[in-house]
Amino acid sequence: MDASKVVTLAPKIRVRSLGKIFEGPRPVVALEDINLDVQDNEFVTLVGASGCGKSTLLRIIGGLEYHTSGEVIAGGRAISGPGSDRAMVFQHYSLYPWLNVIDNIRFSRRLRVNREDLTSADVERASGRADALLNLMGLPSMADAFPSQLSGGMQQRVAIARALMPRPEILLMDEPFGALDAQTREVMHDLILHVFRLEKSTIVFVTHDVEEAIYLGQRVVLLAPRPGRIDTVYKVPFGAGRRQELKHTREFLDMKKEILERIRETSGMKTDTDLLERMSRAAGQGEE
Amino acid sequence: MARNGNSARPGLWSIRGPMSQRRYWIFAAIGLLVPIAAWWLIATSGFVEKVFMPAPGSVWSRTMLWLQEDNLLADMGISIYRVTMGWALSAVIALPLGLLIGTFRPVQALLEPLTDFIRYMPAVAFIPLVMLWIGIDEGSKIAIIFIGTFFQMVLMVAEDVRRVPSAQIEAAQTMGATRGEIIKLVLLPSAKPALLDTMRVTMGWAWTYLVVAELVAANSGLGYAILKAQRFLQTDKIFAGIILIGLIGLVIDQLFRLAHRKAFPWMHLKS
Repeated sequence: MDASKVVTLAPKIRVRSLGKIFEGPRPVVALEDINLDVQDNEFVTLVGASGCGKSTLLRIIGGLEYHTSGEVIAGGRAISGPGSDRAMVFQHYSLYPWLNVIDNIRFSRRLRVNREDLTSADVERASGRADALLNLMGLPSMADAFPSQLSGGMQQRVAIARALMPRPEILLMDEPFGALDAQTREVMHDLILHVFRLEKSTIVFVTHDVEEAIYLGQRVVLLAPRPGRIDTVYKVPFGAGRRQELKHTREFLDMKKEILERIRETSGMKTDTDLLERMSRAAGQGEE
Repeated sequence: MARNGNSARPGLWSIRGPMSQRRYWIFAAIGLLVPIAAWWLIATSGFVEKVFMPAPGSVWSRTMLWLQEDNLLADMGISIYRVTMGWALSAVIALPLGLLIGTFRPVQALLEPLTDFIRYMPAVAFIPLVMLWIGIDEGSKIAIIFIGTFFQMVLMVAEDVRRVPSAQIEAAQTMGATRGEIIKLVLLPSAKPALLDTMRVTMGWAWTYLVVAELVAANSGLGYAILKAQRFLQTDKIFAGIILIGLIGLVIDQLFRLAHRKAFPWMHLKS
């Protein structure tokens, strides 16, 4: 590491030789020697076959899971536990059903961490921000509705607004659109890109949907399972201002194919298809 | 949509099939009236002796007699008092304790196996000990109801708290909430509806310990009246006492359900 690099652009998140072992009678190596830098205002997506530890890695960065070796530095500090600088959006069940939409969004205002040295101007700005986020999410008429009255897509919009409310430096998203239908998901993609441009946050986004990963990310990090490790990092060549049509371009489809194939190779899924082919061939011979 | 002979509406007996409100009440009425009618028929047919099965009419007149000459209201009052006190006492201790068991693993390890052990012990068997330790006045009756209710209640409260979705807790953590804030702003409000339901169910159990509690040197109360009627073979009074306890339970249950709707309107919304 050269000295000049330290002075300039320190990465927002720095993961160094990180390891995670799930202890037990049969210890499982969930993550092994993970090294990853995420720059300020970068959008990184994590993909990989199931069991590759992408969610575990995200949860470790969020402080919700602990690592067993290495370190994670976020905003210049080694993390130990969750903090308000790293907000997390979950797949579901994270909204507070007893609070209406606007109170869900304002939830962080009730926490001590946001109440220190509060001036009345701050309070005013905060209430303006809650309304602005409500509008940004396209839910201005839903302020008084309760989560149970919202569709899955709307619920996730509220969850994102709530996470953005205290202006976290880092936004961690754990398959936030995994439970939504395809049309809603497309709408959410454009929404989150818009939010990213507007809020200038740093986003780490876990998904099992490769198309989503390319469309959203500036880099796609592919993890491989057993043990969980970083396999390949793809730089996405598309700039800001992406539109849905991008998904049908040759360049996009080629990249998607390449990543999907690599995931298949790392997952050991290939053997399964070979086996299926052999089986159907055998069944065909039996019939003749 | 036309509802004619070709309607695709599933039949009444399809698995988890739909049922109109009107039909529901018809079936509910049948469920309540048929046993009463059967009781009346058996009792008036003369096949069964009155000592074994008094008629609804004589149970009714016995109830009236009890009301007018034997201080029924006082019996009801003291029984409601004992049950409510025993139940409230266990709620006051079980709620914070269950919250701790459901939140902190060391507390769970410390107390849950012990509670599991004690809750299998029959409350009746504690009567001699309770008499020895507490005496034979009101405290002992309340203590029996407490013993019968508390240990189940603690475990149910702990379970209610444990059922709060992790994502709700973790979302608060990543917003910078402290432990105390998570308990106050997430765990408690999230578990509250389930807790009120637990309170409702355990109130029902508390009533089932009433007769046992009033075995202890009581001279009033519905349970005591039932026991005394047994000595004089007043079957109709036994019937009256049992039915009265059932009715009081029904009223209390409905009050709890009403409170649930009032306290948690967001749970009863039609989206």
